[in-house]
Formats: sequence, structure tokens, C-alpha cells
Amino acid sequence: MTAPLAVRKRADSDRIVALAGNPNVGKSTIFNALTGLHQHTGNWPGKTVANAQGWCSFRGSGYVLVDIPGCYSLFAHSAEEEVARDFLCFQAPDAAVVVCDATCLERNLNLVLQVMEAVPRVVVAVNLMDEAERKGISLDLGLLSRRLGTPVVGTAARNAHGLDCLMSALEGALAAPPRAAPAVSYPDYIEKGLEELVPLVEPLSGPASPRWLAARLLDADDSLTGSMIQFLGRDPAQSPAVAEALTGLRKRWAGMGIRPQALRDDLAAAFLTRAEALCRDVVCSGGAPDRKDRLLDRIFTSRAAGFPIMLLLLMGIFWLTIVGANYPSAWLSALFARLGDILTHALEVLRAPPVVTDALMNGVYRVMTWVVAVMLPPMAIFFPLFTLLEDFGYLPRVAFNLDRCFHCCKACGKQSLTMMMGFGCNAAAVTGCRIIDSPRERLIAILTNVFVPCNGRFPILITLITLFLAGAGPWAGLRGAVLLAGIIVLGVVMTLLASRLLSGTVLKGVPSSFTLELPPYRPPQVGKVIVRSVIDRTLKVLGRAVLSAAPAGLVIWLLAHVRVGSGTLLALFTAFLDPLGRALGMDGVILSGFLLALPANEIALPIILMSYTSGSALMELEGAALMSVLSAHGWTASTAVCAALFTLMHWPCATTLLTIRKETGSWKWTALAFALPTLCGMAACLLVRLISFLL
Amino acid sequence: MNDIPLSSLLPGQRAVVCGSSATGETRRRLQDLGFIQGASVACLGRSPLGDPSAYRICGAVIALRAEDSGRVMVAL
Repeated sequence: MTAPLAVRKRADSDRIVALAGNPNVGKSTIFNALTGLHQHTGNWPGKTVANAQGWCSFRGSGYVLVDIPGCYSLFAHSAEEEVARDFLCFQAPDAAVVVCDATCLERNLNLVLQVMEAVPRVVVAVNLMDEAERKGISLDLGLLSRRLGTPVVGTAARNAHGLDCLMSALEGALAAPPRAAPAVSYPDYIEKGLEELVPLVEPLSGPASPRWLAARLLDADDSLTGSMIQFLGRDPAQSPAVAEALTGLRKRWAGMGIRPQALRDDLAAAFLTRAEALCRDVVCSGGAPDRKDRLLDRIFTSRAAGFPIMLLLLMGIFWLTIVGANYPSAWLSALFARLGDILTHALEVLRAPPVVTDALMNGVYRVMTWVVAVMLPPMAIFFPLFTLLEDFGYLPRVAFNLDRCFHCCKACGKQSLTMMMGFGCNAAAVTGCRIIDSPRERLIAILTNVFVPCNGRFPILITLITLFLAGAGPWAGLRGAVLLAGIIVLGVVMTLLASRLLSGTVLKGVPSSFTLELPPYRPPQVGKVIVRSVIDRTLKVLGRAVLSAAPAGLVIWLLAHVRVGSGTLLALFTAFLDPLGRALGMDGVILSGFLLALPANEIALPIILMSYTSGSALMELEGAALMSVLSAHGWTASTAVCAALFTLMHWPCATTLLTIRKETGSWKWTALAFALPTLCGMAACLLVRLISFLL
Repeated sequence: MNDIPLSSLLPGQRAVVCGSSATGETRRRLQDLGFIQGASVACLGRSPLGDPSAYRICGAVIALRAEDSGRVMVAL
């Protein structure tokens, strides 16, 4: 059972409006445009998994918009779809806006009709009108509205077209009396049964529509029982009168030769056949509307070119990131060094005690600025590029290409989508695993997500590769990109191996059914994506720098200055870890860096540098200077390889661990999520040591 | 006109759905996506590794694994 959505109104007069729709039809875009919020959007189904709500006002009235997860129907399959269904059916929103995709209206109308059965006031927003026009599809929305008996508005949310019409249609619908006519009519025998059942269910149905609830009772939908007890306080099917009527109906239908399976099919088909009838004369498409999409699909998913293109795109993005990040990194660290001098002077002028100056400048300021200088530029380049691919619609094709591998590992193909989300943030990706229906496959995806490097670990990998492995000269950038792509491929291979291991041991089971929608390609909104993701990334990195790097800087400084007996605490700590670190091809400082970076991976490298240079004055840490610090402490190419492998495979950060605890509800799975990548990382480091020993 | 499983439909071929032997969740999921009797479906292509395949149904493109599409019967 999932927790009900808590809706926060600003004023009692605010109306609650649910925003429903199939996955990937632009619900979040409409939501963002209306509320001015920035829910992340992307061209693949299932991008919105957590529920967002926002507030907007129109002609003096307030509306609370609830962006519920995309679903194909209200016959819930996954935990996410249950949340959507429960909100619409049991939490009595004042109205629902069902967002449809103009390029595939018929399938979307299936959901519209189901929502209309459950919610009395519905407005249909046919979104992506611009895309439909481009594809030569024309729609008669007036006719559709007359047939449905509910307002229908055409929108192109990406360009903010039609949103005012949508709001005024919503205003009109809320002022009008609720629609009385049923949304669909079922075959005669079911309608007769409903005539008997609805009056009996009515007193028990609470906020839910009696007709909808009666139909679901006929359907004997098990996933509904928990929700009914939660929201209605009881299971109406258990009430004597209803139970008797249900048994009577089933007996009668069995006598007519209607099996339960056929009944369920008829219940579901009623919506689909009505949707088909509604679309007649409403949708008019000339020729093959998606020829371009199919051509692109033939290229991106072809036997010969599918995988090479995937690799080339990956390497291309890395190459641009590595080459492009050098310059801003150098500027930033020069800037911060100069700024540091000025601040130190200012503190001297203010007569701050030397120990305070030292703690602030060599502790807090240094770690914080290193995080910004080293982490920000690669993120600000990688993310817009990745988001462009996402916006374009390429990610579902990757899932399509890779599905066979996940299938062989008895995992869900959608795991490749959550895996790619991991490039951004493993914690967000763990939440994103909700798009996977089967609990077993979801756990596999959660436990293995950390094998792809996130936001915080990418720049560490880039730094290690650039300094120690890519060499110098004009081809260094390219070599770096190839090496980085190699590490990512290793991460993917490890994800698959770990998934296979889990599904062969603690998470045994057969793969469940898998359906993946391949959405139309959309021209990416280059300007918007770049501005948004640069701003978002910058804010995020800066936020984390302040929240975790600044305190960490202080803690490290203290550890490096508090003396116990012969050495500092930090020296004792790193000396204690040194044997283990050396056994893994690294040293105690590196290992303690990873340990102390538990709150945020971004600070691992700064902590390591800080430990090496503790006590020395401020300095710039770009390229050569960084290299000389590390080399002076015995780093070789093999140290860098081990550190890179351990960066790829070690415990998830604290935020991710807490998210895993929240999503799995179990400390045991959380412990496994900690141990699995750590053991793999240790094994990989030992292997590298063994190989370098043999060579 | 013989009924064949959807998984045997070759890329480029079109057919009409005439039944499904899937049960429970899978059956519902396929129905939601439009795989009901009388719906027309076309196979658009296969993944580079041979499985899953992409189908056009109800104006959308849906990828299905062979073990799921094998439960949907179609008539050419």
C-alpha cells in the first residue's frame, strides 16, 4: 500500500486539479508552464515518478495542480500507477486535466474515458499539436469535444500555446454542473449487472464514483482492495448485500457461458472500442506521418550501426567534456587563488586570530573552491549535452538496443533508463526505479544503480584520466574520451554482471513482461536546454559545495591539526587505513578520502589533496600542480587506475543510501547496496595489482 | 488465413490482432496499449541483438520481448 498524496492548499477556496495522462505526453511541461516550477522533463516515458504539486492563479482563483505519474490506464500495474489511480479515484480532486498526445490520440483516449468514468469534471488537453501539424495530422477537436461531452483544448506546451484556453476551459468546467452521462457503455449484460450493483455500492463509495467502483468490483481487481480499505475504511465487496449481488451476477454469467477472463476483457475493451469510435473523422492523417522517425530508428537501432553509434555518441560527449572543461577549470582555480589571497589579507586586516584564518582559508575555503573548480566545469558541459540527447528521444532507443542484455540477466529492460538516470544522480535514479513494475526487478535496478558514475564521481574520473592515463599531445583529449568511455562500459558490464548475480542468488525469479514505448523524436530545444541545465547544474554543484564541502573542509582541517600523541588525528586515521589501501593498490589517504566523502562524492578528491598538502599554503590546483602533489606522494598510473576503479565501484553516498532505505523499506537491502559495489571495487583493484605485478 | 503469434511477424509486415493467451497483468498491460481483437499492428523492426521488436499499435511505437509478443495471436 502506498501513502496517499498530501495536497497543500494556499487558501480554502483553492481548487485541486489533477494533471493526468499517458507517459511522455508533456504533462510536466504543462505543469511547469502553468506553475512556473522546474520539474525536470525529458523525452522518455516515466520521467516524472515523484508527485509534484504547484500553485497557479487564473482570473483571481487559485488552483493546486498535482502532476501525477504518467499511466496508460487506471487498471493499475505498478506502485506508481496505483498512486495515480488512488489520487484520481479516491481523493476526489475538483477536476482532472487529462493530457493527450495529438500524434497518437486514440490510445490516449482510452485513459481519458477511464478518468471520465471516475472523475465528474474532466478537461482534455490535446498536447503536442505542433508536432501533429508537422506530421500532417489534422484533428477536429470541436467534434471530439461534442462527442465526449467535455471541453477539449489543443495545446503546444513547449511553446506555451493554448495554456490560457486550457485554464479558461478548466474554469468553465469547474463552474458547470458535473457531467451525468456515463463515459462509456459496456455490453448489455454488464450494464444490467451495474444497474443492480450501483445502488448497493453507492452508500459505501465515499468520494469515489459509484459506477466506477461497481465496475471495478465486477472486475475483481485485487490491487484495489488495499486502497479501498485505506480510503473507504472497508472493502465494499465484503459488505453482505454487495457480496450477495456479486455472487448472483457471477453465477448468472457463468450460466450464460461468460468466463471471468471474458468479463475482464469486455470491461477493458469497452474503453478501447469507444476510443476508436471517437477518433473516426476526428483524426485525419495524410500518408505515413512518422517516416522520418522510422528512418532514424532504422539507423539508431540497426544491427550494424546501433551499437557503434551508441559508443561514438558516448565518446563524443566525453571528448567535448574533457577538452572543454580544461579551460574554465584553470580560470576558476586561478580566480579562486587570487580571491583567496584577498580574503586572507582581509582577515589579517580585521585582526582575526591566525588559527581562525588558517581554519577558514586552508580548511573551508580551499575544499569548497576545489569542489567548484574541479567539479563544476565538466558537469556544466556534460549535462546539457546529455540532456539534448534525452530531449531528442535517444534514451529509449538505448534501452531498446540493450534490452537483450538485461533480459539475459533476468532483469527489466527499463533498467537501462534508470541506469542512465544514474549519470545525473544515483539517489534520483533509485527513486526513478519506480518505473519498473516487478518488485524483484526493481530491487535489482536499485541495488546495481551505483555502478554508473554520478554527477559527483564523473569529474574525479576525468581528473584521474587526464592527469595519469591520457598522456599529452594533441590526441590526449581523444585518448581520455576513449578511456572514460571504457570505464563507463565497464560500469555497464558490472551492472549486468551484478544483476545476473542477484537474480541467480538472493533475487531469484523469472523476468516479468516488458513494454517500452519508443516516443517520436523531437527537435531538442537547444537554447532552453543549455540555459536550464547550466543553471540547474551550477546551482546544484554550488549548493552541495556549500552544504557538504564547507563543513567537510573544516572537519578535515581539524583532523589535520588536532594532535594526539605523536601525530595528528588525520595522520593516525590514514596510517590505520594504509595497509588496506596499499593492498588495494592505493594508500590510506585515498581510502580515507573515499570514506570521509560519504556525505557527497564530490569532496573525495579535495579531501585527498588536503590530506597530502595539510599545512601548506594555498595554491592553484590545475593540471601540473595537481599532478606534482599526487606524484610526490607516490602516485603512479597503476594508483590512478585503482583509484578510478574504486571511484566507479564503492559504497553509494549517504543520500543514495538513505534513498535506498526509503525505497526498499529495509536496512538489509541497504547494507547489500553498500557491500555489493564495494566488494566489486576491491576485487577489481586486487586484480589490477595482480596484473601490474605480473607485467 | 492462418493465425500466427505476433513474435513471428517479420519487420515490415502488418496484421490484425485476433486474440491473446496472456494472463493477468501482462494481458491488461497489452490491452492498455491497444492490443485487442481487431486492432491493426505492424512490425517495424528488431533490436540489434534480435530481441525485443518494435510494433506500431494505436499510432504509437511499442517494444515487446518475444516471450510477450508470442502470446498475442495475429492474422496476416
